[in-house]
Amino acid sequence: MKWPAMGYARVDSLDGLWRALDAAGPEAQILAGGQSLLATLSFRLSEPSGLIDITRIASLKGIGVTEAALRIGALTRHADLARDPLVARHAPLLAQAAPLIAHPAIRNRGTIGGSLALADPAAELPACVVALGATIVLASRSGERRVAASDFFKGLFTTDLEPGEIVVAVEVPVATAASRQTIVEVTRRSGDYAMAGLAAVLSIQADGGVADCRLVFFGVGSGAEIAQAASAALIGQQLSDASIAAAKAALADDLDPPSDLHGGPELKRHLAGVLLARALRPFLARSEQAA
Amino acid sequence: MNEIVTPRSLGLSREDLPNSYIGRAVPRPNARKLVEGRATYTDDVSLPRLVHAAFLRSPHAHARIVSIDTSAALDVPGVVRVFTGAELAKVCDPWVAVLAHLKGMKSAPQYPLPLERATWQGEAVVAVVADTRAAAEDGVAALAVLFDPLPAQVDMETALRPDAVIIHPELGDNLVFTRTAETGDVAAAFASAHKIVEATFHTGRHTGVTLEPRSIIADYNRADGTLTVHHSTQAPHMMQNVFATQLRMPEGDVRVICKDVGGSYGIKVHVYPDEMAVACMSRIMGRPVKFIADRFEAFGSDIHARDHRITGRLAVDAEGRFLAFDIDDLTGIGPYSVYPRTSAVEGNQVVNLCGGPYAFGAYRCTTTVVLQNKSPTCQYRAVGHPIATAVTEGLVDLAAEALGLDPVAIRRKNLIRDDAYPCTSPAGMRFEGLSHHASLDKLLDMVPLERIRADQAEQRRKGVYRGLGFASFIELTNPSPFMYGIGGAKISAQDGCTVRMDPDGSVVALSGVTEQGQGTEAILAQIVAHGVGVPVAKVKVVTGDTQTTPYGGGTWACRGAGIGGEAALQSAIALKEQILQVAGAMLQAQPSSLDIIMGEVVDRATGQSRMPLSELGRIVYYRGDTLPKDLARELVQTRHYITKEYPFAFTNGIQASWLEVDIETGIVKLLEHWCVEDCGRVINPMLVDEQVRGGIVQGIGGALYEHCIYNKDGQLLTTTLADYLVPMAAEMPDMHVGHVETPTQESLLGAKGAGEAGTAGAPAAIMNAINDALGPLSAKVFAQPFTPERILKALGTIA
Amino acid sequence: MNRRIDVSLTVNGEKVSRSVDTRTHLIDFLRSELGLTGAHTACEHGVCGACTVRVDGDAVRGCLVMAASLDGAVVETIEGLSDTGEIRDLQAAFVARNASQCGYCTPGMLVSAADILKHAPNASRDDIREHISGNYCRCTGYQAIVDAIDDVLKARRESEAA
Repeated sequence: MKWPAMGYARVDSLDGLWRALDAAGPEAQILAGGQSLLATLSFRLSEPSGLIDITRIASLKGIGVTEAALRIGALTRHADLARDPLVARHAPLLAQAAPLIAHPAIRNRGTIGGSLALADPAAELPACVVALGATIVLASRSGERRVAASDFFKGLFTTDLEPGEIVVAVEVPVATAASRQTIVEVTRRSGDYAMAGLAAVLSIQADGGVADCRLVFFGVGSGAEIAQAASAALIGQQLSDASIAAAKAALADDLDPPSDLHGGPELKRHLAGVLLARALRPFLARSEQAA
Repeated sequence: MNEIVTPRSLGLSREDLPNSYIGRAVPRPNARKLVEGRATYTDDVSLPRLVHAAFLRSPHAHARIVSIDTSAALDVPGVVRVFTGAELAKVCDPWVAVLAHLKGMKSAPQYPLPLERATWQGEAVVAVVADTRAAAEDGVAALAVLFDPLPAQVDMETALRPDAVIIHPELGDNLVFTRTAETGDVAAAFASAHKIVEATFHTGRHTGVTLEPRSIIADYNRADGTLTVHHSTQAPHMMQNVFATQLRMPEGDVRVICKDVGGSYGIKVHVYPDEMAVACMSRIMGRPVKFIADRFEAFGSDIHARDHRITGRLAVDAEGRFLAFDIDDLTGIGPYSVYPRTSAVEGNQVVNLCGGPYAFGAYRCTTTVVLQNKSPTCQYRAVGHPIATAVTEGLVDLAAEALGLDPVAIRRKNLIRDDAYPCTSPAGMRFEGLSHHASLDKLLDMVPLERIRADQAEQRRKGVYRGLGFASFIELTNPSPFMYGIGGAKISAQDGCTVRMDPDGSVVALSGVTEQGQGTEAILAQIVAHGVGVPVAKVKVVTGDTQTTPYGGGTWACRGAGIGGEAALQSAIALKEQILQVAGAMLQAQPSSLDIIMGEVVDRATGQSRMPLSELGRIVYYRGDTLPKDLARELVQTRHYITKEYPFAFTNGIQASWLEVDIETGIVKLLEHWCVEDCGRVINPMLVDEQVRGGIVQGIGGALYEHCIYNKDGQLLTTTLADYLVPMAAEMPDMHVGHVETPTQESLLGAKGAGEAGTAGAPAAIMNAINDALGPLSAKVFAQPFTPERILKALGTIA
Repeated sequence: MNRRIDVSLTVNGEKVSRSVDTRTHLIDFLRSELGLTGAHTACEHGVCGACTVRVDGDAVRGCLVMAASLDGAVVETIEGLSDTGEIRDLQAAFVARNASQCGYCTPGMLVSAADILKHAPNASRDDIREHISGNYCRCTGYQAIVDAIDDVLKARRESEAA
């Protein structure tokens, strides 16, 4: 279907954005990369009164690193995540995740800020930022506020964003020597939304002990699903086939997947367990992997 | 049969002349426009005063239309007019899709827009015409249509039960067609069998997904009473007749123009009510109306196909010889049989083709075709073939397993011998000449069987499950009037070609078959260049215009090369003879002593050049005064061709699939695929190979990905390309194609069809490969598509 | 907010100024306003890739780009790529390999393939398959397309080396 009739305004600063939001009223939506929003318009699933284009706001762009955090501007495109050397070094999970998102032409327009603000339950990036323990930087007319990624996502297509507020950046704690990051997913076809996916961030000490662990699933619930019990089952343990099996068993309490066109909850639960093992096994000591 | 003149007897052998193009991989002359964005698809055409149509479609699987309030829609800026079923019915007669030779078949009258009830979700109910498509959609959104939802008959398994919802009460029940046939003593064969294997197969309802959606511009010109239709179709002449008949116009006043078509695969050979509505609206308004289906409405209104449940049994003796097949097929076709081919042909074809490659004695089959409140189904690429092949080859592998035979050995033992032709199958199919054993030999030359079996064994030790599957198949091509004509459908089985030489020695060929990208125009150019004796670059081919091309059937059921190609060859040869008559008069030589090679008249014996065709053309067209007064000088010839001896030219082949099943996720990874097929004379091996590969991928789609999924209320859930999974590049394997050539003796060209072979065999090969992979785990799958969920259920991993 | 926006942009090297309806995506703009019918719409929800064109040097889905947002942008379509000769070898390889059947996906496929030539000159066959995965072809089975792109990558590498 053709898009509904709607207004359009482009702003080139945050101040301009606040003014435009005031003028446009509550039915207007913010247009970043547009790769999900514009697709929903062609089903007439949403009929915003207008779109406010923020893609030329310079302060939302760029990737920089401080001592403790990698700051990724909201307008950073998936294609940038995939090839930026700072991301590859400090948040390898995001560099791994980007090529899994749809296809090259989508990655050339879609932005991290847009993906996080949409909070699609099957999307990779929300799960990644939760797994990374990132902070989402939000801004509104009244200033900036920072929200832990795990608090930012509130459910199906729902976030902590208030009306008149946007995502301006993501701050990711930089990876350390102990960091292990990986993303795995099951898709019918390359680039499809995952039937089930897992973003895993662990901290493994020199002796093989798991100091910290965040297993975050996507495509199996209403959003980025933190597997609390499974993660807890690993923390303080040596990473081993046995502890992985224990984590897998603990998953039963973590997930309550819905049915979709691929199948029922049992399918998704099963796939989540498979992914857990597939994500963690590469981090086993080499001797264990061989076994 | 036609008098058997061989290509060689006419000096048309394949390699001895530079313009002997038959069998050569000539690039398509019309491909360059495609790679430069200069093709002309229907939506690329714009006309003065053009308006755009959009449809309100039923949100219910079954509902009474209580009222239609158009007032708000008419107030929408840009909206020109709103049409309901009743208004269109004033200018258009309804159609009923039955074929007389399918005894007892029944269906209900169908109108461009329904008068009282909507019978599937997605059925067009009201039309809005506006100055842009966007405005027309705004108008649709402003319509107020009150529906009274009715109980829907969704499940085909319950369609004939006493408590079923009768979709068309005037028909009495939901039975469209049923037929049981038996050859030989099936009961005795099963009673005497050493082993009986049985399985129930399901094929998933799927659809064609032409990348170019259905597209039409109807332009009724009141001033001269003509209707010109720019149409993305496979059968321009058929549609000319349909538009004329239903809109009560003389056929000669209707012209159908079909330039480039962005894929068809059978989807674009049917009469669609929304397209008929467009013609009606143009007829009423006297101005051009365009309708381009969007993807969303395509999923709910393009024909679907292959919604079948088949129970099959095979009886074998102790040596592994097949004794009898017993097949019971049930299919749900939606609420109407689709005009004019009907929706009973697919089921009929399934039971005609089961067991097809094999020699056996007794055959029993039943096909049952029922109505349901889902999108109508009809013929889609390789109609019935992938279903019949999956059933047959699935049973063959079960028999092999039961007997402890190798899958190749059991096929070798039972495939019809290559020297057994002509023969008739127990299902009544007449085979002129097939090459199952030669094809199997060739396949085994290509498939590294030993390496694969060794790898399979080694991988299994590592917990990796790989499988190899085979599927022999037959394919029905070059249809005669026995397919549709005898049933009363005005679908031409013959086709014509006009070939003319212009003054500069170039050649124009006008053909009734059409180009959908398979390369029809390229092979016609090759054939005509070959037949006349000119470089292929000197030939221009015109197709897709009922006013300029000879009357023909168009392109479907793999008839373009075999029927259209033969008409082109015959007319090219006739033109060559005519040119040589004129050349003989000019050169004071016997025409039989002359020949034409690469656009030059030459001395046949020596090959010495006597005169370029451009000189001959100059004299004929500009200095005809210098030629003998009584010399026939029409450098234009037309020939029509129809098969006469066999109802169909059957082809055959065999495929093999090598794949890996991830037993933890149920994901199937395709590793490699092979196909050997015998389409008779290969005109352009590059085009044939790509037809086969494209066909295989459509078969893979059905086997692994594609599925029109409905909920229990008859709501289609797969309405976007993100939900309905079409094969993409990353998952597709490299495919190897080989050929055996058994030309049909019915034509000089000897060509049969090639476009459906890939689709016919691929799902069966994949199913057998999956079941081979899962063999050690005692799991089997028979329901397509073979999704991760189904595979994990078969493994018992999930319930 | 305005429902018509004035935009000035460069399309295939030519300056274009239009007042566009905000509900128009780039492909409808190219096709209806500029008569550039090479790029096609086939799904209009960003899945099939038939509408792939270049904006500011990047391959994008034309159906997921608002025409109104393109003030100052540089847009290239198959027509422009044909005129400049940038992908003449690729187009020739598509013809030679019969990597195009109905042709409807071909312009978008070529823009995606041009992306590989630009950014991944050493792409393997698997890389090529992965990269063009966002472009549906319903006719060919993809193998000829992969072959054609592979041919051009190899030829370009050889001519670089020479």
